[in-house]
Order: sequence, then structure tokens, then C-alpha cells
Amino acid sequence: MLEVNKENFEAEVLAVPGPVLVDFWSTKCEPCVALVPEVEALAEKYGDKIKFCKLNVLENRRLSIGQKVLGLPTIAIYKGGEKVAELTKDDATCANIEAMIKEHGR
Amino acid sequence: MAVRECDVLIIGAGPAGLAAALYASRAKLSTVVLDKGTPGGQVRTTWSMENYPGFARGMTGPELMDRFVDHAKEFGAEIVRGDVATVSFGGELKIVTTQKGEEYRARAVIVAPGAEPRTLGLPGERELRGKGVSYCATCDADFFEELDVVVIGNGDAAVEEAMYLTKFVNSATMIVVHDEGILDATAIIRDRAFKNPKMKWAWNSVVEEIRGDGIVESVVIKNIKTNERTELEANGVFVFVGTVPKTDFLKGHVDMDKRGYVIANELMETSADGVYCAGDARVKYLRQVITAAADGAIAAVAAEKYIHEEEGFREMVLDRENPVMVAFWSPTSQVSLDFLPAVERIAEQRAGKLNLVKIDIYKNQRVAGRYGITEAPTMAFFRKGQLVEKVCWPTNESELASVADKVIGG
Ligand SMILES: Cc1cc2nc3c(=O)[nH]c(=O)nc-3n(C[C@H](O)[C@H](O)[C@H](O)COP(=O)(O)OP(=O)(O)OC[C@H]3O[C@@H](n4cnc5c(N)ncnc54)[C@H](O)[C@@H]3O)c2cc1C
Repeated sequence: MLEVNKENFEAEVLAVPGPVLVDFWSTKCEPCVALVPEVEALAEKYGDKIKFCKLNVLENRRLSIGQKVLGLPTIAIYKGGEKVAELTKDDATCANIEAMIKEHGR
Repeated sequence: MAVRECDVLIIGAGPAGLAAALYASRAKLSTVVLDKGTPGGQVRTTWSMENYPGFARGMTGPELMDRFVDHAKEFGAEIVRGDVATVSFGGELKIVTTQKGEEYRARAVIVAPGAEPRTLGLPGERELRGKGVSYCATCDADFFEELDVVVIGNGDAAVEEAMYLTKFVNSATMIVVHDEGILDATAIIRDRAFKNPKMKWAWNSVVEEIRGDGIVESVVIKNIKTNERTELEANGVFVFVGTVPKTDFLKGHVDMDKRGYVIANELMETSADGVYCAGDARVKYLRQVITAAADGAIAAVAAEKYIHEEEGFREMVLDRENPVMVAFWSPTSQVSLDFLPAVERIAEQRAGKLNLVKIDIYKNQRVAGRYGITEAPTMAFFRKGQLVEKVCWPTNESELASVADKVIGG
């Protein structure tokens, strides 16, 4: 998965037509850490349907808040520079993420 | 999909499930623990953990849970990722199935699914979750560096989590329904909080609404004495108002109270045979790590005894070729003690055709109860695993002998 941050978020996520999935996470967020292997498995499976990125909010706090992400875990999908779908907290389960990818993936 | 068998299956790897896993695996039972998330449960979401005996200040929730996990694994317990979706407790092997369809069959099950934060159902609460509304300080504190947050609740967990937040935030305003100076939190925690310059207090108050366009911007607070409403600017709202049990998947399978807490007795036995409940998910007085761990230990020992009793009964009675006469006796019933020699004589005279098994009804109430046996002495005759005759209070040797012969004759 591509690591995005305040330097490349614009170019890698917002400036591309998409779809792009962004996993907002942090090392301190236990549910996020638990989700990592599942999101990575989804990246294997759907890598050709959607671009997978992850963003560590600890180092990119302002960027995250700018994206209206103020809670973890949050998994969002962008198309044409806009956030089109998002799952947060308990809703960010493997099954829900997969369904969201199917809906918004290529 | 794959089916796995084990002796003890534990649902939930919080402190209750992990303590149960330690005890069960140490008793040489094959033990699997299923958890949908990272092992450690709710304790993972709290930093301050200073009331677990033997671990004073400095120990964090996640660190303590890492130790629980290592300790359980040390004796061979296996911790597996899996979200339990359905259970079936009716059979001799209990069946537990995960969301992904993996099936587990176990001789005993310990349910320890714990609890999750209670939500308030305020306008804006649901919409702004992950947008400034949070139930987990360690998860989200970083977002609020130098910002202002509101904390709803005033028990131990709420005040401790607010104090943790003050390491990051500019201010944490506690919304407290009580009169000034009164908190549900214990005195030591209260006193520490009152000394913390970043903590602010709104007394006699409740939050009525959380407002914001996409992210939290303010809360509407109502003073319950004056009914006056004020809007307070805030970047975050942390809610710590107790928990609700995560027992939906157990509905209809074990008895629960109105709020969904599982009812278990002192041995952690639920209403289903061979199914135990430990930790926050059961009806109990104190929901803490230490009591969760204690429940887990008791449940595992009770489950071990259950497994051995069931195994013993199966081997000695149900799986026998010959008919078996089971004498339910009790050391407290003199009649049953007096009658045992006659029972032994009857069995001896029919050696090779009839086996005798003596069961102390008080030590093995479950087996007795399953066959509707409540009094000693009661003689129960089994043939090929089935109960075929039951004689209550047989004080007459010849009467019992004729029943025995009838059973042998088929
Ligand atoms: C903010 C906060 C602060 C606290 N502070 C303290 C403190 O300082 N000291 C203290 O002693 N206690 C504290 N507690 C209480 C303590 O955390 C709980 O009493 C304890 O964690 C209960 O343990 P448990 O094993 O019963 O359940 P939990 O810790 O809730 O663990 C249950 C586990 O089961 C899993 N699970 C649930 N359902 C399923 C399913 N269907 N399939 C698979 N897995 C499932 C969950 O993922 C979870 O990991 C605090 C609690 C909170 C919320």
C-alpha cells in the first residue's frame, strides 16, 4: 500500500481521477492496527480495481482534519478529488470495506 | 468451510477470556480463543491502569493486556482472529460459527464478549462519529492537540480518560449532571482531577445536541436547574457513560436480563449446559479487569470439571455394551447409604451382564438433573446410551433385582 502524507496527498489522491482508497490510521489506534492485515488482504484482492493508500494521522494531523477525519479507524474512497464514501469506527469492518470497494471500485 | 474441534472454546480475548484461556490450557485442555479484534478487549482503549493488584502506576492498559496474552499462550492456548456470528449450544459438542463461516466444535464454551461504550442517542452524535465524537481517548486523542474538547460522563472511566486527554488538548470540559463538586468517580480520582488546570467543569448540566457541519463545532448544554441552554464551542466530544454488553449473538441461547447481560451463577454456569460466561458481559456487581480475570479463572475450572464429568459418564455409562445400573446416592442420605450394600449384591450376582456405577448426586447434580433425578437413592438403568428404567427410593432388594433382570432381558 502506498504511504501518503501531507507532501503527496494532493498528487496521489486528490489530483487523480481515482478511485483511491485511503486508510487513515495511527500506531496508537488499536482497532486500526487490528484492521491492517485485513485491509492489506483486500489490497491484494482488489488492487486492480482501486488504488490503496494509507495515511498515518499522527504525522498528518492537519491534513486529516482538513479531510474531516477526526476519528479512527476511518477508511475513505476518493474520486476526482472528492470523498465519495467513508466508513469509520465500528462500521469500518472488513465486510463493510469490501462492500464499499465493490460499489466504488472500477 | 473448515471445522475445528477443541476442548474449550472461548469467545472474546479480553481479560476474562485470556484468564480463562490461561487456566484451561494449563489444565491441559486444548483451548482456542476467538476475538474479532486485537486481543485485550476494552483495556486496550485505556491508558491509565492503576488498580490491577501488583501493577502500580506506570502500567498501561495495552501493556497489561500484552502480558495477559503472552501468559495465556505460554500454556498452549491459541488465539485466533474471528468474529462469532452464531452459536448452537444444544448438542454434546457446542458449535460456534464465525462471520466468515469457520466452524468450531467444543466440549465446553466460555463466552466472554465483554461490553462496548454506551451511546447517548443525542442529535448529531451518530452523524459526527469519527468527526469529533469519540468513545475512545487513546484512539483519537492526537487529533485534538491544542484543541478544546467536551467530556460527557463523570464516573471513574470518564474522569480518568479526560485526564489522559489533558496531555494533548487545550481544555477538557466535563459535563456533569450533579451539583458542583459532586462526581460519581472515586475520591482519589476526583481530587486529582480538581487539581488539573486543563480540566473545566459544567455542573448541573447535560448535553442536548452535538452540532457541526461535517466535523464537531459545538455542543448545546442545558442547565437542569435553570433550564438555560448555552452553546459551547468544542472540537471534540468524548462520551464515557458506561457500557452495554455485546451479547446479541447469544440471544435465545442463554438466559439474560432485560439489558442483555448474561445470567450466570457462582460457577459462571449459564442456563445452557457446558456454557459459561465470564467478565463484563454477565450480570455482576463490579466490572473491572480484576473481576473479569477472576470470572475467567472460575469459568475455566468449572468447564474443566464439566468436561471430565461428561467424559466419565460417557465412558462408564453411555458407551457400555452391557446395561448399566447407575446408583445415585448421597452421603447426606442415610437411606441411600444403607441401601448401597444391597445394590452391590445385585450387581455382583449379575456380573458380566450388568455394570454398576455409583454417582454422588450432590457432586454431580448436572448429570442427575438431566435425567430428572432429584433424590437419593435413585437407581437408573441405561442400555446403549439410553435411560430405560428409573426406580426412585427402591428400599426393597428383591423389587430392584426384578427390575434389573427385566432390563438385562431387554
Ligand atoms: C475507558 C475505560 C477505562 C477503564 N478503566 C479501567 C481501569 O482503570 N481498571 C479496571 O480494572 N477496569 C477498567 N475498565 C473496565 C475494564 O476494561 C473491563 O471491566 C474489562 O475489560 C472487561 O473484560 P472482559 O474480558 O469481560 O471484556 P472486554 O474487555 O470487553 O473484552 C471482550 C472481547 O471480546 C471480543 N468480542 C466480543 N464479541 C465478540 C464476538 N462476537 N466474536 C469475537 N470476539 C468478540 C471483543 O473484541 C473484546 O476483545 C475500563 C473500561 C473502559 C471502557
